[in-house]
Amino acid sequence: MITLGCLLATFAVAPLIISDVHFQHLMIMLLLYATLSQAWNLIGGYAGQVSFGHAVFFGIGAYAAMAPLNQWGLTPWIGMTIGGLIAIIVAVIIGIPVFRLKGHYFAISTFAVAEVVRELFSSWNWVDGPIGLDAPVLDPGWANFMFYKTKLPYHYTALIIFFLVTYVTFRMERSRMGYYFRAIKQRPEAAQAMGVNISFYKQYAFMISAFFTAICGSFYGLYVLHIEPATVLSLDISIKIVLITALGGAGFLWGPLLGAMIMIPLQEYSRIWLGGTGMGIDLIVLGALIVLICIFEPRGIVGLFKRFTYKKRNE
Amino acid sequence: MDILNFAHGDFLMLAMFTSFMMFNNFGLDPLFSLPMVVVLLFFIGLLIFRFVIKPVLGYPGLIALLATFGLSILIRNLVLFFLGPNYRVINQSILAGKTLSFGGLYFSLPQTASAIGCVLVTYAIYLFLSKSKFGRALRATALDKDTALLMGINTNRVFALTFGLGTACVGVAGGFLVNFYAVFPEVGLNFVILSFVIVALGGFGNITGAFLAGILVGLVENLGGFLIGPEFKYTLVFVMYLVVITIRPKGLFGW
Repeated sequence: MITLGCLLATFAVAPLIISDVHFQHLMIMLLLYATLSQAWNLIGGYAGQVSFGHAVFFGIGAYAAMAPLNQWGLTPWIGMTIGGLIAIIVAVIIGIPVFRLKGHYFAISTFAVAEVVRELFSSWNWVDGPIGLDAPVLDPGWANFMFYKTKLPYHYTALIIFFLVTYVTFRMERSRMGYYFRAIKQRPEAAQAMGVNISFYKQYAFMISAFFTAICGSFYGLYVLHIEPATVLSLDISIKIVLITALGGAGFLWGPLLGAMIMIPLQEYSRIWLGGTGMGIDLIVLGALIVLICIFEPRGIVGLFKRFTYKKRNE
Repeated sequence: MDILNFAHGDFLMLAMFTSFMMFNNFGLDPLFSLPMVVVLLFFIGLLIFRFVIKPVLGYPGLIALLATFGLSILIRNLVLFFLGPNYRVINQSILAGKTLSFGGLYFSLPQTASAIGCVLVTYAIYLFLSKSKFGRALRATALDKDTALLMGINTNRVFALTFGLGTACVGVAGGFLVNFYAVFPEVGLNFVILSFVIVALGGFGNITGAFLAGILVGLVENLGGFLIGPEFKYTLVFVMYLVVITIRPKGLFGW
């Protein structure tokens, strides 16, 4: 809890001290992806159901906030809530058939669902198909969740969402449900034999995860002001979420944040410094780093810390 | 081995590039360079297995996935860096650009030859896995790794050779594909996802299943694209996969 408080303070103060706009953007993206990965961590890390389809919920959230705003000028807060609720319903609909599957069959099915949804949104005229939606220019302020001169409100909103989802994970980890999730991950048959209703708990984890992912989607849409199926519903988003979590350490509370803290700055800065050549040097570095981390610390970056603290305790 | 290899498409790209370079620099027809490509890809596979896959075996599958994904980014961008993003096409090889007429029906020669070649290779692998001693060792390892180890099977060697065999197959595909498909660093992406769906549709670890599922996916993709609309052709494939997987959760031929 102390670490949590320190981090909260650091993230709250950082944008006030450093007024560089690009740095602030970096922080917002970092928090956004940390939140997304934490949401994925619930289902993928703790309950062990590797989903490649989280872009579905991200996209639903983004469209639920942006489409009413664009068409009727409805305040995005309502859209955000509706998006979260729709995501929960969709999670149940997807979950019923998909949770019967195991391992890779599950992963590929979630991916297939995501691709189908992307195609549907691409050919849905009301949301302008593949062109996507632009946010209309409205008065700045909290009511419309639009700010043109400053990035601070976005930063704090992202921070609040991140701490909300981390708190939920924290409570979950220590509750009875956390043990159920880990039991489902390690031995589903044994868990079922011990009386854990595995389909119910998988479904539960999926619903929470979907809700927070949708909230992040809404936030992303309102922050970037333009969404289209090719970005918010793409496989890239799904995979990036998985990558960040696995890089940081799946199934650990701090994994997603650590993963995002490595991955997002690495991506942004290598793109700024090396990306201009158009030869993909930045991605060479990124790919090599991912492979190296996997080979030398297969538990993710959390594993490095664990190793360090373990050593200290032994001395 | 229970690993989803995201770099599979990039091995395909490497095979296509090798084949293309052989043709461009030495004038060697893709058909003749095919054995070389296959051998080269086999050794690349062994190397990758030794240095990337082996260290992550035994950890949760997610890590292997991450490793192959990083590998995929790495290979793709190394090729992009050294060879550039251009699309390259071979258009005067023995096969490329020719058609075959057969009783009023026209077939494109490279595609027909590739289809025949791939059927032969699939059959050869099927025979190899079901009849040879190595095939038996592989199936034993796939069923139960620890017991196989106790029976004196060198499971690590089996894994390495299997991985090499997988990449060698990609070499065959790449060597044929280069005759009628442009070569560029991102070419693998189009194929890797579809190949996952095909294997899952047929049932993991089942060659007959993968073969038939491949034909089924090809049919649905092209007929559906023709009858309903080209923008829905992959949607149809995925919907078909989802429907099948709800009825048979381990694929069409899984047990």
